[in-house]
Amino acid sequence: MLSPTILVPAVLNGLLTGAVYALVALGLTLIYGVLHIINFAHGALLTAALFAAFFMHQLFGLDPYVATIALTPAFFVVGYALQRFVIGPAAHGEDRNILLVTLGLAVMIENGLLYAFRADTRTVNLDYAFAVVDVGVALLAVPRVIAFGVVLVVALVLWIILSFTDTGKAMRAVAKQKLGAELSGIDVAHIYAVTFGLGTACLAIAACLLIPTYYVNPHVGNAFVLIAFTIVVLGGMGSVAGSLLGGLFVGVVESLSGLYLGESLGQIGIFVMFILVLLFRPSGLFGERA
Amino acid sequence: MKGRSISPVALVLVALALVPLLTASNVVLNFLVQMLLVALVAQGWNVLGGYGGQYSFGHAAFFGTGAYVSAILQMRYGVNAWVAFALGVAGGAVVGAAIGALTFRSGLRGSYFALVTLAFAEVFRILASVAPITGAGVGILVTLDLRPQAFQFQSRAPFYWIILALVATSIMIVQMIGRSRFGAWLVAVRESEDAAKAVGINPARVKLAAMTISAAMTAAGGAFYLQYFLFIDSGIAYGPWISIEALLAPIVGGVGTVCGPLLGALVVKTLGEVTKHVVGDAPGLDLVIYGGVLIVIVAFAPNGISGLLSHLRLHIMRLRSSAAERSHG
Repeated sequence: MLSPTILVPAVLNGLLTGAVYALVALGLTLIYGVLHIINFAHGALLTAALFAAFFMHQLFGLDPYVATIALTPAFFVVGYALQRFVIGPAAHGEDRNILLVTLGLAVMIENGLLYAFRADTRTVNLDYAFAVVDVGVALLAVPRVIAFGVVLVVALVLWIILSFTDTGKAMRAVAKQKLGAELSGIDVAHIYAVTFGLGTACLAIAACLLIPTYYVNPHVGNAFVLIAFTIVVLGGMGSVAGSLLGGLFVGVVESLSGLYLGESLGQIGIFVMFILVLLFRPSGLFGERA
Repeated sequence: MKGRSISPVALVLVALALVPLLTASNVVLNFLVQMLLVALVAQGWNVLGGYGGQYSFGHAAFFGTGAYVSAILQMRYGVNAWVAFALGVAGGAVVGAAIGALTFRSGLRGSYFALVTLAFAEVFRILASVAPITGAGVGILVTLDLRPQAFQFQSRAPFYWIILALVATSIMIVQMIGRSRFGAWLVAVRESEDAAKAVGINPARVKLAAMTISAAMTAAGGAFYLQYFLFIDSGIAYGPWISIEALLAPIVGGVGTVCGPLLGALVVKTLGEVTKHVVGDAPGLDLVIYGGVLIVIVAFAPNGISGLLSHLRLHIMRLRSSAAERSHG
């Protein structure tokens, strides 16, 4: 059963899937790290991004990879506006309220999409969707290899933004000491909104990477968001490197448990891991401190 | 003061009890049964979320357990429906106590608590959708047996009175909790766990008790749902819809108040019904409205409708007293 000819491709495929999970989690962890809130609308926003990528291809014939150029800034604006004009003002600065407002947004987006497009599952047809590349030990799907590469680039760009730009420095300042940042002249509401925008932009990229090999329906984001929560907790809330590693790890776990337990029970493997980590190590496997 | 706070609720409940004598309309009774069902489930959420300050996003875990325990006992083991109902409630309480023991022992609160309850509900949903004993993807259909001994009735009125009695009981329990020492501990834990600890309260134990009571009430809702519709599957029993309705009604009505859940359930369900009439029965639309209501309430009326009402009462009283002063002067 543990034959390497099955095991090695499963691990490699798990890593490729895990990279996209990591990107979804990256958006979530960024928002958590700076705003200290759990964004329950993350999954619904991913679903919205998948629909956007789907219709870009369907209506304008845009290749999903090209669509990234338009959708990433568009979703940045959506995220920015949501935080600045809905979540921020509605929550009155209370954590409990933020939970409820993002939950309300999630319910609205998800069911709005259900109302508009019904529960049908849609896919795009691309001629390269089934192309594979032979790496010697395994055959890997080309779109997933591309996704893996793009995720690494995005993570690098995010790291550069956070480390070297003024906005990134302001974000880190707000994350560490909100009041101190405010006193030194940083516009906290703006930084919050920028962070939320960046987190949402990550979803647009993830959607464009997913759509060539995946499908879209109004509930598709839910599956990802619970995985993303798991990764964020596993990697330590707010840690960018942690969610990258956590994502790859979860991808491999899912691939292997799917191999040995079957698909629907494989899903449970992730939830069980999630609950166990939350209960016994809420600061995460890679996180320094909660 | 105490007497005054219960009498309007009692009046409303008595008035509600008379409804089946005034109308035999199935549409009206069906609407009220579903409204009261939400009120019961929401009252369960309110014990933990409103009084204890622990916002659960996964009360479906208890609703579904109540429904499934009752269904499995009836259909697989031939247990009497009333006994199965009681055991369903007990099953929900056990699950609530187990999840509570795990999470509170680990010190999870706030967002983490919301996350972990959500995850438990999802685990149950997936398990119920694959396990043979729950009927896997097909669900469980309770055999039609229209006799009172089987907790099934020819007309809707008996169902209506039963769910009304359950809601009344839940309101009485919450009223009692509110006046008891336990209730004071619970509120102390909600306001500040550290301060509560400093005066000798064990927060984990208090929250665990609240969660058990909360889960039992919500499980009663699930077991009642089964008798009323005679069918459940994993999406109904453990689906996110019930977790959302459970928290929406108390927040709309007034979190941590005795009649908030009932008031909220009435408003939310009426709103849902009105939308259906205006735009037709389209999937998802009622939930879009619910999501919008949730945001608007949090933004503009954080204490819900009861908060608005008491605010209004205060305002009127002030107007009156200033008017009285003016007439004297």
